[in-house]
Amino acid sequence: MKRLLLVLTISILFFGSASIWAEAERVTFRNAQSEANYTALVNELRCLVCQNQTIADSDADLAKDLRAKVYQMVEDGQSQNEVIDYMTARYGDFVLYRPAFKMKTLLLWLGPVIFLLLALFLVVRWVRSQAAAAPAISLSKEEQDSVRDLLNKTP
Amino acid sequence: MKKSALIPLGIFAVLVVFLAIGLSLKPREVPSPFIGKPVPEFSLPTLMTKGKSISPQALKGEVWMLNVFASWCVSCRAEHDVLTRFINSENVPVLGLNYKDEPKDAKEWLAALGNPYEHIAVDYKGQVGIDLGVYGVPETFVIDKKGIIRHKSTGPVSDETVRNDLLPLILKLREEKG
Repeated sequence: MKRLLLVLTISILFFGSASIWAEAERVTFRNAQSEANYTALVNELRCLVCQNQTIADSDADLAKDLRAKVYQMVEDGQSQNEVIDYMTARYGDFVLYRPAFKMKTLLLWLGPVIFLLLALFLVVRWVRSQAAAAPAISLSKEEQDSVRDLLNKTP
Repeated sequence: MKKSALIPLGIFAVLVVFLAIGLSLKPREVPSPFIGKPVPEFSLPTLMTKGKSISPQALKGEVWMLNVFASWCVSCRAEHDVLTRFINSENVPVLGLNYKDEPKDAKEWLAALGNPYEHIAVDYKGQVGIDLGVYGVPETFVIDKKGIIRHKSTGPVSDETVRNDLLPLILKLREEKG
């Protein structure tokens, strides 16, 4: 029990603080709106060095620079869209952690739904064919009576 | 043999095709949105002459390259020889962007390995790097006579990239009118 507690404490210390490791700069904002914009944006932009992290999660130098740029832009009073436009003009759509919904990314967004519908369709078809193939079970009068007797019998 | 026995084989074949496509993709090479756009304007201090600054305007009318490098970047060391040979044999003017580097280190690095650059701009804080969409050093841009970015390669330039991409492109761009 003591050991379990120790392990738990250590893991909480480790994983609970993971988000503090990255994004280490202590920044102050001129107002709450600016801070909200900043937080939303750094969690929305991809770090291009470590491609599966947002710039909020990443400790890479580029992520720090991009965070600084985002900070500077929101403090200058630019809107979230303006910052997103600035970044996509330089790094392409890839910089967006959630890809934009447009013609090029249609399959990306709709693919899972299409596969789900396809799978559902196949399952339904299969179940139906099984049901059709199974012979209908019919019992004679005597068999039905004996089943009822068995079921009604009290132990 | 029953037809259904072929289903696993079919699934396997589809899987192989998808995995083969996946293997040939290069997720590190993010397509640059800059291709076909004018090179961003900037003005930065030069590395070699104190008090002087350099901007892309200085190379207008020529086919030139912009190479992002740093003394701390190992791949830059790897490409330096190839790049130098190419620059010298084809006489391509190159603007080196010294990215997030200590000027002192950069100078020592160039003194030891040779300096193929016509101009060197110091981007100490990496701000111009962001403007150029730099995310991995080294990066090399090819810019035409009108100042339009026509090509960008990420990662070290190899003899192969010179032969297949850079050289043919530069020769082609030189034929174009300014």
